[in-house]
Amino acid sequence: MASVVVESKPGAKPNLEVFSATLQELATTDRDIVVVTSDSRGSGKLVPFGKKFPEQIVEIGIAEQNLVGVAAGLASAGKKTFAVSPACFLTARALEQIKNDVAYSDNPVKLIGISAGVSYGALGSTHHSLHDFAALRAINNLIVAAPADNFETEEAIRQAAAMTHPIYLRFGKKNMPLLTTDPNNGFRFGKGRVISRGPDLAFIATGETVQPALEAAATLRAEHGIEATVISMHTIKPLDTTLLREVAAETAAIITVEEHSVYGGLGEACASYLLQYGYGKPFRIVGIPDEYTVTGSQNEIFNHYGISGEGLTTTALDLLGK
Amino acid sequence: MTDKELAQRSNHYRQNILKYIVKAGAGHTGGSLSCIDILNVLYNHTLNVSPENFRSPDRDRYIQSKGHCVEALFVVLADKGFFPESDLNTLCRYRSHYIGHPTRKVNGVEQNTGALGHGLPIAAGTALAAKMDKKAYRVFTLMGDGELPEGSNWEAALTAAHYKLDNLCAIIDKNTLQISGPTADVCNTDPIDEKFKSFGWAVTHVDGHDLQALQTTFDRLPFEKGKPSLVIAHTVKGKGISYMENVLSWHHGVPNQEQYALALQELGETVL
Ligand SMILES: [Mg+2]
Repeated sequence: MASVVVESKPGAKPNLEVFSATLQELATTDRDIVVVTSDSRGSGKLVPFGKKFPEQIVEIGIAEQNLVGVAAGLASAGKKTFAVSPACFLTARALEQIKNDVAYSDNPVKLIGISAGVSYGALGSTHHSLHDFAALRAINNLIVAAPADNFETEEAIRQAAAMTHPIYLRFGKKNMPLLTTDPNNGFRFGKGRVISRGPDLAFIATGETVQPALEAAATLRAEHGIEATVISMHTIKPLDTTLLREVAAETAAIITVEEHSVYGGLGEACASYLLQYGYGKPFRIVGIPDEYTVTGSQNEIFNHYGISGEGLTTTALDLLGK
Repeated sequence: MTDKELAQRSNHYRQNILKYIVKAGAGHTGGSLSCIDILNVLYNHTLNVSPENFRSPDRDRYIQSKGHCVEALFVVLADKGFFPESDLNTLCRYRSHYIGHPTRKVNGVEQNTGALGHGLPIAAGTALAAKMDKKAYRVFTLMGDGELPEGSNWEAALTAAHYKLDNLCAIIDKNTLQISGPTADVCNTDPIDEKFKSFGWAVTHVDGHDLQALQTTFDRLPFEKGKPSLVIAHTVKGKGISYMENVLSWHHGVPNQEQYALALQELGETVL
């Protein structure tokens, strides 16, 4: 089947680069901005930050538990602390430090999981983070979010810098075109962004999977006359249940999409809420099944598991019985 | 505070540790009694912290890594006026803020602890913030000898030396016992001094029950400019109560009424 690809807008950058650029801008006027890294300044695109603000970057070396513990101490003393490490290590190796030193002690660390999901592609399961939403959703006092595009990323970093409670953000490495240029479609944690509206179906996606959901929506409209709603549900926790109720009432079916295990992530969070709310329409969770992923680049892995314009189009037609 | 007054404080604290553990029917008795003289000297001699300055960014910080010995911390904080001592009647009771580990819901507690190997990294981060802000406050953390095998301690030991955190002081309550047996048998960490020295720390030994020696030791901080300081405090688990001293079962044993009466008799009267 032919699929409509949403054209990449010029200037689309990896969210990670936007994260780094935004942080540099903030640090220019705020000496309390501190970045803590675990030999990860290169992968975090933080080399320029380190050169410009050598007094505001703390290198820990490869020791993620200590990275998070030290970050908690810095944050408790008033530093606006960004603890930056590959999402796979940050949210598994240092899970107890996240649970106790950051969330339980309420030290306002900004945990930044870089190269999240399957961004590392063929490096394999050790480097994939398909568990982070699930693990962190079960921890009290922690916002969990995956900004989708450059705009959401910049806003998320600015708002996170000013926050007085803990937050986890995850970013990927590929170029992310803007989802919309509507200046009125702002970003706020805990408030999903409606990118397009249609009554036949809703894609509720997060992070880098919002883009393929938009592509599927375009194909469904052009080739099947199906009008789909697309939502960037950047904040996994707290979940925007107001928007969920709205979508449940106004659309005929829901597909959730995430770069995460189908267990414990956005899909199950939505399913849990909707079931208890009394939702009874068709529903499907798209993510990575409970297996070690096929070898390949992020794109190849996405395509393999149907996290693509084409794959999501097929899933939608199947769900709608067409 | 005079030496005599300080000694009476230790006695008072021991009585209260037992009192509230008996009342709660739970607690870490042996370890609280081994570290209480250290806490006494810290809060009554060394630390620049009080209920009045606890919200000040310039206060000294005390982070108790061996969180399970919370009874020792709570009786000292109550004595210093962080909260009414009568609050401790609710220790471990339904809906009380006074749980079996330090929590920031209790005034005077810096960090929530309880999982081991967490105090030193947080203390290192806090000390690093002081250096960045060119502030004079110091950061202390009290660790058990049984928690040393946690790898996060050694990660933080590297960081503290790397960043020359001479405003950081770690204290090891070396009572040589842990829940399963002698620390040397469970996982030998000796020689602790040589290990920390090789990591770039300045290390001192002290009798952890000698109030004068503890005061002079903390007065000498930092032991070496540009290096984090480690105090290895040699202590006795269950110190002060003859039938508890060096007896493993008192790790979290709770005295019955007869044992409690005997303990109070051994401690004698406190004249504050
Ligand atoms: Mg011990």
